[in-house]
Amino acid sequence: MSFKIVVLAKQVPDTRNVGKDAMKADGTVNRGALPAIFNPEDLHALEQALRVKDRIDGAEIIILTMGPPRAAEIIREAMYRGADTGYLITDRKFAGSDTLATSYAISLAVKKLQPHLVIAGRQAIDGDTAQVGPQVAEKLNIPQVTYCEEVLEINEDELIIKRRLERGVEVVKCKTPLLITVHSSAPTCRPRHAKLLMKFKHARTVSELVEETKDYTEMMTNKPYLRVEEWSVVDLDANVEFLGLSGSPTKVKKIENVVLARKDSVHLTPDDKDMDYLMKELIDSHVIG
Amino acid sequence: MNNIFVYCEIEDGHVAEVSLELLTKGRKLANEIDRKLEAVVIGHNLSGIEKQVFPFGADVIHIADNSRLYPYVTLPHAEIIVNLFDQEQPEIALFGATSVGRDLAPRVASKLKCGLTADCTSLVFGDHTENKTGKEYKNLLYQIRPAFGGNIIATIINPDTRPQMATVREGVMKKEVFNSTHQGEIKHINVDTILNDSHMAIEIIERHIEKQKINIKNSQIIISGGYGVGSKENFELLYELADLLGGEVGASRAAVDAGFVDHARQVGQTGVTVRPKLYIACGISGAVQHTAGMNESAKIISINNDPKAPINQIADYVITGNVEDVIPKMIKFYKKNTK
Repeated sequence: MSFKIVVLAKQVPDTRNVGKDAMKADGTVNRGALPAIFNPEDLHALEQALRVKDRIDGAEIIILTMGPPRAAEIIREAMYRGADTGYLITDRKFAGSDTLATSYAISLAVKKLQPHLVIAGRQAIDGDTAQVGPQVAEKLNIPQVTYCEEVLEINEDELIIKRRLERGVEVVKCKTPLLITVHSSAPTCRPRHAKLLMKFKHARTVSELVEETKDYTEMMTNKPYLRVEEWSVVDLDANVEFLGLSGSPTKVKKIENVVLARKDSVHLTPDDKDMDYLMKELIDSHVIG
Repeated sequence: MNNIFVYCEIEDGHVAEVSLELLTKGRKLANEIDRKLEAVVIGHNLSGIEKQVFPFGADVIHIADNSRLYPYVTLPHAEIIVNLFDQEQPEIALFGATSVGRDLAPRVASKLKCGLTADCTSLVFGDHTENKTGKEYKNLLYQIRPAFGGNIIATIINPDTRPQMATVREGVMKKEVFNSTHQGEIKHINVDTILNDSHMAIEIIERHIEKQKINIKNSQIIISGGYGVGSKENFELLYELADLLGGEVGASRAAVDAGFVDHARQVGQTGVTVRPKLYIACGISGAVQHTAGMNESAKIISINNDPKAPINQIADYVITGNVEDVIPKMIKFYKKNTK
């Protein structure tokens, strides 16, 4: 059996540069105004998977994501960069899942795929929890190595990995199966490959095929690699009690818009007079100097 | 039973700052609901470690001391905590939001099937009524954190699962000695009955942990730059002013993401929380993600060419202008007025 790698990825709203139009007049977030992107650290994870594939003949990369039907966009994006196949976990019953319920669903999908190695980004920019990786590893009952910067060595049953910690680095050795989470200090993902873009641009999930006006039947028969599988609660044989709101021990009690307590500010210009005043004031009040 | 537990991280025989901060917070929470505070210390060569822990108010310290437990690896630490929590049924369990705590806490929470909230900026008790059932809960832990890239503040609760677990970053809670002569009970964990070879799947073959070189947390003056600074080169101006005033350079997440500065300088929810006597925010708009980490600064100056930047609301001085114009003038007039 060839060496199999599952990369966990998430489509996220780009929360990094929230512009003015991204906030509604009442101060809430206008999700529609934020572009949906491939979670940045998941791209670093994909790159690590591609580097493993470069070193192991016949290794296979499967991209696995959970989300609404449109999340298939990031599966295609991963294919353009070198992933071989993709699976989308999608079902309304997953709505409202916290990290524990999400990890349960993902772990069932990973079990069906039986990989040697699972690679995920350390955290997603919409939640910043860094919890799903370790929780999936626990549910699979396999070891985890978080904060990875580089897979230094790999063979079929053992990896040597460099971790980036707050104040240094650590190099660890571990046998497969294993889950690793990749840190933003790891190399960025290689760009799309023109040939792969041509090969996979018509890759579609079943839900997407329903929406298409063009007839894909013949293409899907001749090129089975274009089919992106969708897995529902039934496909995963999941216990619905462990999913969605009922499977999520954390509840959101309240969401507040941020209202900063207004101070009576002194307003200044960059003029010499104002700057001279400011620095004098700071020195006289012993804040500086 | 049902007490408040704090996992204490160990580095070179010392309990980490963040753990002492959490013990301080844990002591206050324990007093409010009349419970005990219990510390968990897992490592090797820990004799006398309780002397670092008891002054911060722990009533009990659980010690797991074994050569397999230092340096930290996930599985043995997780296994010991899961065993301990099964036995002790904590009400609340707190972990530092460090590379150790953020590796360990989710693994433990998954095994115990309980809720976990990452990077909390505030922990307080509050009540809750379940809308559907009308069931009432008293003294739930409100786990408050910025979410969605720091654009909103969410209050998270775990009504039905225990422990209520949370991680908190270093510097968010204040460290205070509770009573320097406070004593508690020492309980030793029998490690050999808990661990087996399967927990030792990961072997550390090399480790270089350096003392923190950049220490913005303890700096009294911080000159912080955001995306609005524009480039790595423009940050040189901030370093120049920081050198002159004896301060440090900080940054917003956007500036770190843009590659202008090292992550160690990041102020905010996913960075460091600071309380300097002077904070100069240069080209920082002021997402909650950032302000959560600096709004307790004694004096705040905002330099921004957008007069409507949210950070201006919490600034004592608002300078509307370009960072490249303002900082050289600050340098010039500081020199002039200190002659």
